[in-house]
Amino acid sequence: MSKPKPTDIEKRVSAAGSTVTQSSETLLEVSDLTTYFRSSRGLVRAVDGVSFKLDRGKTLGIVGESGSGKTVLARSIMELLPRSGLERNGSILFEGTELIDFGPKEMRPYWGAQMSMIFQDPMTSLNPVMKIGNQISESIREHLDVSKQYAKELSEQLLVSVRIPEAARRLDEYPHQLSGGMRQRVCIAVALACGPKLLFADEPTTALDVTVQAQVLDLMATAQNERFMAMILITHDLGVVAGRTDEIVVMYAGRIVERADTKTLFSNMKMPYTEALLKSIPRVDQPSHLRLSTIPGRPPDLVNPPEGCKFAPRCAYAQDRCTQEEPPLREITPGHEYRCWFPVGTPEGAGALANNRAQGTTATGLVFQEPEVATTTRGDG
Amino acid sequence: MELTKLIARRAVQLIIVLLFVSFFTFLLVRLLPGDPTDVIIPFGTAAKKAELRSDLGLGKPFFEQYADYLNNVLHGNLGKQYSSGRPVSDLVTQSFPVSIQLMIYAQFLALLFAIPLGIYSAYRAGSRADTTINTTGFALLAIPNFVVALFLSYFVGAQLKWLPTGGYAPGWLDPLFDGTRGADIGEHFNYMLLPAITLALGQIAIYMRLLRSDMIATLQENFISMARSKGISNRRILWRHALRPSSLTLLTVVGLNVGALIGGAVVVEVIFGIPGMGLKITQAIFSREYIELQGYVLVIAVLFVLINFTVDFLYTILDPRIRRGRSAT
Repeated sequence: MSKPKPTDIEKRVSAAGSTVTQSSETLLEVSDLTTYFRSSRGLVRAVDGVSFKLDRGKTLGIVGESGSGKTVLARSIMELLPRSGLERNGSILFEGTELIDFGPKEMRPYWGAQMSMIFQDPMTSLNPVMKIGNQISESIREHLDVSKQYAKELSEQLLVSVRIPEAARRLDEYPHQLSGGMRQRVCIAVALACGPKLLFADEPTTALDVTVQAQVLDLMATAQNERFMAMILITHDLGVVAGRTDEIVVMYAGRIVERADTKTLFSNMKMPYTEALLKSIPRVDQPSHLRLSTIPGRPPDLVNPPEGCKFAPRCAYAQDRCTQEEPPLREITPGHEYRCWFPVGTPEGAGALANNRAQGTTATGLVFQEPEVATTTRGDG
Repeated sequence: MELTKLIARRAVQLIIVLLFVSFFTFLLVRLLPGDPTDVIIPFGTAAKKAELRSDLGLGKPFFEQYADYLNNVLHGNLGKQYSSGRPVSDLVTQSFPVSIQLMIYAQFLALLFAIPLGIYSAYRAGSRADTTINTTGFALLAIPNFVVALFLSYFVGAQLKWLPTGGYAPGWLDPLFDGTRGADIGEHFNYMLLPAITLALGQIAIYMRLLRSDMIATLQENFISMARSKGISNRRILWRHALRPSSLTLLTVVGLNVGALIGGAVVVEVIFGIPGMGLKITQAIFSREYIELQGYVLVIAVLFVLINFTVDFLYTILDPRIRRGRSAT
């Protein structure tokens, strides 16, 4: 590690300040995290050298398509991945403690108590044969030294705090008696039960009805503010993270391709992939029945990723250089990094676009498709 | 309450099934070729045959015969054993508790080993321990139970003299049916242990495999990841979260085995000289005691139906979703 180790006193000071006062203190620092799976086809590089920092009480959005490695990243940080065939390296500092070499035994006191997770599908993430009350209170009983009765009261309060009507009655019900939105609220209650400092929310609203998505997200934001909890919000939908995160990390093929504070990312994105993601959100001001803009092609094979920029085969800006050299993660302004040779909104980017427009195809042979306007026809995706 | 409704509906089904069962056992004797009395007591005098004919009500119309039979059964009258003249109901109450106890011990032993082994081999699926457990289980399954019975009887009984080679002493259930005998429970278990082990050994592998495969599927479920993310112990995840949703197939097969063991443990009962229903049925067949046989068959069939009724009910306890799912259809 290049950074000097904190002295004993510094450690103690930071431990003492770990309540509320030091709002800018780093809670989680991930450096060069790699997570590979050994498979019969070869090594699957699901997370490939990811670094970021998260301060207490802040929200980080992780955005990317399916298969970009965002779920694996979250589970890798929490160490919830199955251990067979797993290769995991790098550094995960949680409140100054290195977690990378911890096994399940060492991680158990962290799970649920220090960090917890809300899963994507509330229909399958609650145990169908256990009463809801027990599913909340077992976590409380595991981590806090409280009586059964008190754990039950706490569970009821948690259900009230996630706005579940008739909370006392719900404790004795089974998950199948609740709707999807209600179940996700129960999952949130479970995740919040022991007052974790870090909450992972893995596509928490994807499986929900559109009408309850905003409610659930608002609820999570409220809970986060009340508890001064940091949150990592994972989604494929930039619309979900807009206005709800402090910082956003865009992932592609297991790597960070752009990282910026939320405002900068939306106003001054540099990476064509970020731009493409944003273009694929339907907007109210667009004429109705317009075909949605899509990103042509599919995410790359993580066993044999293409040379050069991983996004080049699907990128409207792609030039010859993109297929040969992988761009490094460059910091343009403090806190804004991206990985591109021909960034959006720069003379290089404009030149690359003009070149491809003139040729009708990109350097990777993709039929050129104007990234600026949502077109009514698709490329060869 | 939806649960009471479900039970009520099931009870009606149960009665219908029991009527069918009793009708078929009734047919057992009526369908004997020729004059049933010639088959039942071929060397009986004409007077004896006439007596039997009137006992069976053979002169009456068919459905009146069935009504009489049903009426008799409901009053505990299952007819007579013709060689001795003893009421069949007495013979049934002697052998029935014996078989029930043997079945309970065998199932208890089988599950006692199969559940932890099944859970462990699912948790460590593919490991060396898993392979060893499975191979051993299949080896035990492959050995016919008369071989195991003879082996245990010879080594543990005759050579080591730890346990009796055969015989029977009444246990806790016999006095309920036959109050005259006092029970020495220790003695009872001495006689029952080897037969119970013999019956259990063949079933451990089956139960374990069933539980293992269902458990492996359950452990892939999202709710298991969620339980892990709560920081609860592996032991709790396996026993509290994964076992119950994985045990429906196991329960079904146990239910069927319980029924099958009551009259079907013939080989083990013969080898160990245990006067259970399997032994009695065999004897009744060889001595052409059709009325006695009819009694055993009726009891076993009724019990089989009752056990599966209980299993159906247990499903709803194991998996609360079934309550709604079944009542919706």
